Amino acid sequence: MRIIVFIKQVPETSNVKMDPVTGVMVRDGVESIVNPLDLYSVETALQLRDRLGGKVTAVSMGPKTAIKAIKEVISMGCDDGILISDKAFAGSDTHATSYALSRALSRLAPFDLALTGVRATDGDTGQVGPGIASFLDLPFATDVSAILNASEKSLEVERLTESGYASLRMPLPCLISVVKEISNPRLPTLKGKQRARQMDIPAWTAADLEADEKLLGLNGSPTRVVKIDRPKVTRSGVTVWIEKTGAEEAARQLADFLEKRNLL
Amino acid sequence: MSGSVWTVAEQYDGRLRSISFELLARGRSLADKLATRHRKLDLPGARPELCVLVLAEKADAAGVKELIERGADRVFVAESPLLRHPTVEPYAKVMEWLARDRKPDVILAGATSLGRALMPYLAVRLTTGLTADCTGLDIDEETGNLDQTRPAIGGNIMATIITARHRPQMASVRPHSTRPPDRDPSRAGIIEAIHPPDELMRSRVEWTGFRAMPQNEGSIQEADKVVAGGRGLKKADNFALLQRLASGLGAAVGASREAVDRGWTTYPRQVGLSGKTVTPRLYMAFGISGAIQHLAGMKTAETIVAVNNDPDAQIFQVADFNVVGDLFEFLPAFMAELQRRGKAIPAAQSSGKQA
Repeated sequence: MRIIVFIKQVPETSNVKMDPVTGVMVRDGVESIVNPLDLYSVETALQLRDRLGGKVTAVSMGPKTAIKAIKEVISMGCDDGILISDKAFAGSDTHATSYALSRALSRLAPFDLALTGVRATDGDTGQVGPGIASFLDLPFATDVSAILNASEKSLEVERLTESGYASLRMPLPCLISVVKEISNPRLPTLKGKQRARQMDIPAWTAADLEADEKLLGLNGSPTRVVKIDRPKVTRSGVTVWIEKTGAEEAARQLADFLEKRNLL
Repeated sequence: MSGSVWTVAEQYDGRLRSISFELLARGRSLADKLATRHRKLDLPGARPELCVLVLAEKADAAGVKELIERGADRVFVAESPLLRHPTVEPYAKVMEWLARDRKPDVILAGATSLGRALMPYLAVRLTTGLTADCTGLDIDEETGNLDQTRPAIGGNIMATIITARHRPQMASVRPHSTRPPDRDPSRAGIIEAIHPPDELMRSRVEWTGFRAMPQNEGSIQEADKVVAGGRGLKKADNFALLQRLASGLGAAVGASREAVDRGWTTYPRQVGLSGKTVTPRLYMAFGISGAIQHLAGMKTAETIVAVNNDPDAQIFQVADFNVVGDLFEFLPAFMAELQRRGKAIPAAQSSGKQA
C-alpha cells in the first residue's frame, strides 16, 4: 500500500502556562514539535504498511526547519519524507494550504491512501484534510477511529460521530483523518533516528508542484485575519474553602449559586 | 433570494438536532442586517432571507415547521432514499448545485462531525473561504462583509476574519454556543421542495453500519451540562461518583486527557485540544488542574465550576465558582444537598469502592 501522511510542525504547548495577569500564553522558549494529533495518523500509516507492505511518505509544508518534524516521523518508521517550502506559500489560509498540499499529493500519484491528523493544535481548524480531498475529488472520511478492513481496492473504517460510530467503505485511493482513539503512536527508535539523520529530505517549491501561483499563499487565500483581540480570560470567580466552611456549607453555597443561574 | 443566509439542518433518527435550531439565532440576526442594508442601499434583487437546508430520506415535518416558527423564512427540503445517511459527498454536491443557482451570501453549519467535514469540502468546490468554530458573527454595515470571530492559539486570542472577495462566506459555529430563538407559532415561511438530480446524491463512500453509543456515553458536545473528572479522581471506579452526579443534574460525563490516558474512561468523553471542544451552559471540573489544552476545550462554557484541592490550579483562572478542597469530601455533600433540593441521585452501586 502506497501511503502519504501529512504532518505539521506546531509550537509545543503542553508545558506552556498562561500569564495570570494578561491571560496570554507564555511562548518564551517554546519548542517546535510534530503536531501531536498527527502521530496517530503516522502510527496508522505504519501499521497498515507493516501489515500490507508498501511505503509511507511523510509530507509537510512549512519553513526549512520543518525538516526536523519530517525526520522525527522517519525515525518512527516512515520510509521517506518531502518538505513543501517556498516563500510563495507564506500567508496561506486553509484553502491555499489544501491547494498546495493537493498539488503535492497529485505529484506523488499513484498512491492508495492519504492520511492527516484530525486537526493541528495551533490552527485548530481540521479543514485541510477535507480540503485536499475536495481539490482532488477523493473519497474521504474524517474522525476515523478504527480501520475495519483494508484491501488493495477499498478501505472500510469506523468514524466517530456525536451519537455513535458509523462504518464507511470507500474505494482507494482515498483520504482519511484519524482521531486519537485509533492507535498508540510508537516511539522513535535508535536505528530509526540514525536512518533519519542520514536521510536527505527533498524540498519541493511552488514550481515543483506545477501549481497555479494565483492560488498560493496570501493571494490564494479567500480569508484574511483583520483583527486580533486578547480577551481577559480570568473570570471573577467566587471561591469557597472547604477547610474553612466545611463541605456541607460549600455544597449549599454552590447549589445556591447554580440555582440563581437557573442551572439546577 | 441571492444574498441570503443559509444554515444547514442536521437530522438524526428522524428528528432535527438542536444545532439546526441554534443556527437560526445567528442566521436570523445576519439576515436582518443584510436585509436592512439591502433596503438602505437600495440594492438590486429580492430581499435577503434566512433559508435552512434539510436533506434527509424523509424530513422531520414537525421540525421543519419549528424551523419557521423559530425564524426561518424558507426551508429547502430535499428528500431521497439516497440521502438516508449523512455522508459528505451527496450533501456537498446538492448544496453546491443549489448554491450555484441561488447564490447565497452566507452559509453556516454546526461545527459537528458532519459540519466539520462537509464545510471544508464544499468551500473548495465553491472556491471560497471558511472559518471554523466561530464564536461571533456579524455583518459589517459598510462593506456587507461577514465578520467571523473565532478563538485562536488555544483560545488565548480572538481573531476576526473576513472573506472579502469570495461568495458565499462560509463559517461553522460550535454547538451550544447560542440558544435557539423563541418559537412564534404565527410566523410564516415557505417550505420549498428541491429535487436534485440523483447522480449528485450518489456517494463513493458507502455507509455500511452504525453503532450507537451507549446512552450514558451520550455526546458531551450535545449536552447542556457537563460534569468532568481529571487526575484528582484517582481511579476509574470514582467515575461512578461523577456518573451519579451527572444523572442527578441531567449532565454528560466528560474527562481530562489525563483521565482518558489512564484508561479511567473512554476517548469520546475527552475534553480539550486533542479531544472535544464543548460549550455547555454548565461545566463542572472535578480534580482537573486545567492544562492549557483542557482549558481550550471548555472555557467558552457559560458557567464554570471547579473543585480542586490545589488553590493554585489553573482551572480556577477560568471558573466562576471555585471550591478549594478535597473533592471526595465535597462530592457526597453536594449530592446530598441536591437531593434535599429534589434532585434524584441514583444510589451508589454496592460493588463500587470509592476513594
